[in-house]
Amino acid sequence: MTDKKHKLLEVKGLTMDFGGLRAVDSVSLAVHEGEIAALIGPNGAGKTTFFNCVTGIYTPTSGDILLHPKGLETRRLNGFKPNKVTEMGLARTFQNIRLFSGMTVLENVMIGRHCRTYSGIFRSILRNRSVREEEQETIETSYRLLEKVGLEKFVNEFARNLPYGAQRRLEIARALATDPFLLLLDEPAAGMNPYETSELDQLICRISEEEQIAILLIEHDMKLVMKISNPIYVMEYGKKIAQGSPFEIRDNPKVIEAYLGEEVDA
Amino acid sequence: MLREFKQSILIALWFVFLTFPLMVVRVNTIENVVVWRWENILWVAIGAFALSYCWRYMLARRQRQNKKAEEGIDTRGPLQAALDNVELRNRAMAVLLTLALIFPLVFDTYQTNIMVTALIFVVLGLGLNIGVGLAGLLDLGYVAFFGVGAYTYAILNANFDMGFWIVLPIGGVLGCLFGVVLGFPILRLRGDYLAIVTLGFGMIFKVVMENWETLSQGPSGIANIDRPGLFGIEMTLAQSTVYIYYIMIALVVLTIIVTNRLKNSRVGRAWIALREDEIACVAMGIDMARTKLSAYALGAFWAGMVGVLFAAKTTFINPAGFTFMQSAIILSIVVLGGMGSILGVILGAFILVLLPEYLRAFSEYRMLVFGAAMTLMMIFRPQGLISNLRQIYQYKGSKDKAAHDG
Repeated sequence: MTDKKHKLLEVKGLTMDFGGLRAVDSVSLAVHEGEIAALIGPNGAGKTTFFNCVTGIYTPTSGDILLHPKGLETRRLNGFKPNKVTEMGLARTFQNIRLFSGMTVLENVMIGRHCRTYSGIFRSILRNRSVREEEQETIETSYRLLEKVGLEKFVNEFARNLPYGAQRRLEIARALATDPFLLLLDEPAAGMNPYETSELDQLICRISEEEQIAILLIEHDMKLVMKISNPIYVMEYGKKIAQGSPFEIRDNPKVIEAYLGEEVDA
Repeated sequence: MLREFKQSILIALWFVFLTFPLMVVRVNTIENVVVWRWENILWVAIGAFALSYCWRYMLARRQRQNKKAEEGIDTRGPLQAALDNVELRNRAMAVLLTLALIFPLVFDTYQTNIMVTALIFVVLGLGLNIGVGLAGLLDLGYVAFFGVGAYTYAILNANFDMGFWIVLPIGGVLGCLFGVVLGFPILRLRGDYLAIVTLGFGMIFKVVMENWETLSQGPSGIANIDRPGLFGIEMTLAQSTVYIYYIMIALVVLTIIVTNRLKNSRVGRAWIALREDEIACVAMGIDMARTKLSAYALGAFWAGMVGVLFAAKTTFINPAGFTFMQSAIILSIVVLGGMGSILGVILGAFILVLLPEYLRAFSEYRMLVFGAAMTLMMIFRPQGLISNLRQIYQYKGSKDKAAHDG
């Protein structure tokens, strides 16, 4: 065990049915400490459904989602509510950006601190010293996170007024504010131009190194995936068809078939 | 401008043409003569032109403002700008509070009584503002919580002879409980469905109170409720009204302080986030059930408290006083004033309660004006009279920005 890295998330035989449709079919994968793992596959392969199962938005039909936080006992996440999952240290972003558009950039990040702070209704009304201190700490932490993702100049702007790439980065900052040890990014580079994408891959690498946060990302941008992630898991029609390092995946005939279609025999 | 002018003229001509048979030609079938009232053309033309021109002017102005806002130019009107100035705001508040305190000394009992009604609606508006304005949970049966408070006092007073000051917190807590009772089944609902269930809840309250005769004495209501006491001192009606007025002022100040603190706290931020996006909210670790229930419970708390005071003020309550109309008016206060904005809600309450009081001559047209005003509001100022004041945060590195933010 000593030479092997600590396993943080372990998914075994995860299956999700919507009525008669099997969106995810006994998929297993694991994310280890310090890894940037990627989940790829053609549109409709069930990647986002897989994410939604892990983060508690859907309750999976069968299978196990096990979380092994460092120094704490293993927890089975099946059927947990999303906010509980987040509290346990799993944060996520969304494919179609879901920011609180009527709140400022800083407030968006401050919401992420919610599950790590404690002021309740009565203490908020009294607003005693400990509440004010906690509030100030929330503000400072959030501001630092904004600096980290390079959004400090937008701090008092409404989230809806941000350029597209900045909105994606704000989602990452908001997820980081929940103090996760594993970050799930759902297509973080979707709709970005090449320059923004390269900025993003630097950001993801930096988060992984500086914050010691493992990352699992869904992405269609193959250049990004091949560059930063290892291992890569490939899904098609709800099933996992391949896993391995970028080199293995690149030459895997099943993956090529899934993406480019079957070769016609001569 | 010239284009708007031309279009307005065309519209005026069109209206003249449309209303010609009605306004100009009058056929007298008895004497077999046709009366031509040409002067009416002029009035129709002037009226249509003025209305159309105003309408166009306002729309164009709104468009210009939107454009400016996109370019990042300050579009706040003079009022909004003044409100954003903290020092000015504090001074204005002090002046308003002084005026409020000397009001009953200057005006007679009748005026004071009207003012108490307005203040009751201020508290109701602020309470509903927690649910509708901050947490985005539409509630069309809010008056039920108000009724819960009022009936709590009426029943406890009639049966157990309990005093106003003891029942005041009990009414609030019972309102709170009913808020949670209503909140539980509708945790999963939103939008139209939520509106329908809350509407039903409001109706249920009224029907139960009308039919549960042993508890509420049915449609005939409960009379002879005690006025608030002050160490057993006997008071005349006029003195009692002034006393209630001051209690109400205290209650309003308390509500403002509490809702303002909540709004700018961790809890209030969670409410606003819930309004913005429910799924993102839970994914960021906010307990949706708890957040929603707390918004309902706190909103209902104020309605319950002020309900107790209402029963003590009127000394008579019956189910007819807690109809959907009341809920609609409270909701209008919040919408007209500005959702989420405390100052806006206060202003809205005064406008919607005091204007009908002083314009009794037009009482037949009240609902008509009400509807027209709401429609115009939605078109020209959907954010309400006074939009929400933003909280300004101080953080390291904000020193250089502080001057700019004020």
